Amino acid sequence: MTDIATPQVAEPVDKMTIAKPRKASRRMRPSGGAVVMTLYLLFLMLPIYWLFNMSLKTNAEILGAFSLWPRDLTFANYARILNDPSWYMGYVNTLIYVVLNTTISLAVALPAAYAFSRYSFIGDKHLFFWLLTNRMAPPAVFALPFFQFYSSVGLFDTHIAVALAHCLFNVPLAVWILEGFMRGVPKEIDETAYIDGYSFPAFFIKIFTPLIASGIGVAAFFCFMFSWVELLLSRTLTSVDAKPIAATMTRTVGAAGVDWGVLAAAGMLTIVPGALVIYFVRNYIAKGFALGRV
Amino acid sequence: MNKTVNQKAWFLILPVLILVAFSAVIPLMTVVNYSVQDTFGNNQFFWAGLDWFKDMLESDRMWNALGRQLMFSGIILAIEVPLGIFVALNMPQKGFWSSFCLVVMSLPLLIPWNVVGTIWQIFGRVDIGLLGYTLDALGIDYNYTQDSFDAWATVIVMDVWHWTSLVALLAFAGLRSIPDAYYQAAKIDQASRWAVFRYIELPKMAGVLMIAILLRFMDSFMIYTEPFVLTGGGPGNATTFLSIDLVKMALGQFDLGPAAAFSLMYFLTILAISWVFYTVMTTLDKRDGK
Repeated sequence: MTDIATPQVAEPVDKMTIAKPRKASRRMRPSGGAVVMTLYLLFLMLPIYWLFNMSLKTNAEILGAFSLWPRDLTFANYARILNDPSWYMGYVNTLIYVVLNTTISLAVALPAAYAFSRYSFIGDKHLFFWLLTNRMAPPAVFALPFFQFYSSVGLFDTHIAVALAHCLFNVPLAVWILEGFMRGVPKEIDETAYIDGYSFPAFFIKIFTPLIASGIGVAAFFCFMFSWVELLLSRTLTSVDAKPIAATMTRTVGAAGVDWGVLAAAGMLTIVPGALVIYFVRNYIAKGFALGRV
Repeated sequence: MNKTVNQKAWFLILPVLILVAFSAVIPLMTVVNYSVQDTFGNNQFFWAGLDWFKDMLESDRMWNALGRQLMFSGIILAIEVPLGIFVALNMPQKGFWSSFCLVVMSLPLLIPWNVVGTIWQIFGRVDIGLLGYTLDALGIDYNYTQDSFDAWATVIVMDVWHWTSLVALLAFAGLRSIPDAYYQAAKIDQASRWAVFRYIELPKMAGVLMIAILLRFMDSFMIYTEPFVLTGGGPGNATTFLSIDLVKMALGQFDLGPAAAFSLMYFLTILAISWVFYTVMTTLDKRDGK
């Protein structure tokens, strides 16, 4: 455990040490920081490891013998999910509505965020807060009206219905994050572009968008993520054709009890997309969560 | 930044307004509509005035759920905020290990909420879960499906596991923005570690911490999926929080009127408390901006 206490972790933990002669304080504090972090990361990883562990076991082994690692390594659980359409279509459905939602959210949020970051107009502050209130709205409050609304317009059990429903919290989020990033771009750039004869759309696409590319990436990531992790609305609005993987997972409870191995494997597969993209946004993730305000 | 006054900016906002009106205002009006009407089925509605609100305000069910909800939000804020700050203070500041910590800490935030519930459902089971098995082996009587104290403890540990990283990430971002000059000045003054924290780091983190508290309050107040998967609101009603109760009422029993009245009061409560946080947050923003 203490192997991790290399100087890289250790040194910068306490900024006070920077000014001090290094040797004296290196022993004491830094190792304390490394121990705290190791314990905390262990606490975070243990449950995930356990899920991973179970996904590689057979059901007989899960229920039969208690072991910290799979004795009888099997990929059958994963194979079953990837070969059964009723399972993997869950992932496909989820991906379709998540991508739809991200596209819609960004498309409407970009101009709005620009307006909020550059201009002041009647009611701008109230409007900005009102947008945030939609992020505060409990999905449980909206579940029933959404269900009735989308049923009555014939969109029930379609991908677009879930995508639109998730706009409830993702659009305000995207507006807030993008506004935070856009505030960091000096206004002189806009003005210079207009003097050079750019029209607004040309300026926005050719000059402004590349400047806030990282902001767009982060906003997209957060829309993707919040749409991906949400279950209540997506479950309420779908039955068969657009059923998300999260709802499919409740199906593992069969006559013979819960199929733990498959459940664990399905859970592991839902972690993969997040884990794949997180590396790219690691330095912006705090800014994204702070709605662009760090 | 000085902003130009330009009323035409409204046109840029229009798409958002239309979309949000479609996805928020119309459904919310449906809720308002139900909350003041009663029905005998067959789509025949008649005016009920404020009766449902009165009913709900007098029912123990809502007050109990609200009490549990407040207790839950209070407990997790009391644990996650100090723990998050503590973790942030101990995080490596740069280099490989810093990135490594950021990535690992973000992982729980990206797991679908029902999978979070599933993970802990498995992890806590006495027969096949590491946590339950260990506790059982240590001779502690632990069963989160039967004992309401165990259920509460598990839900809280699950939430701490799920969301403390968010507070830590925000606090870490706040800490990193403090210029070195502050630390050097403290060094010259021979300030203690505690004084550095109390008078430099904490005030500088205040802005981000407010955001963290706002987010954690909002999200914990509308928590649904994780406890629903883990305990289903039980044993009994022990972990039935507001959202779980509301969904039970609206989609389970289809009591539209009471559920709608409940919804509105629920939403307004979150709104009122969040508005207070938001006001404090923007005031802090302005103070820092100067």
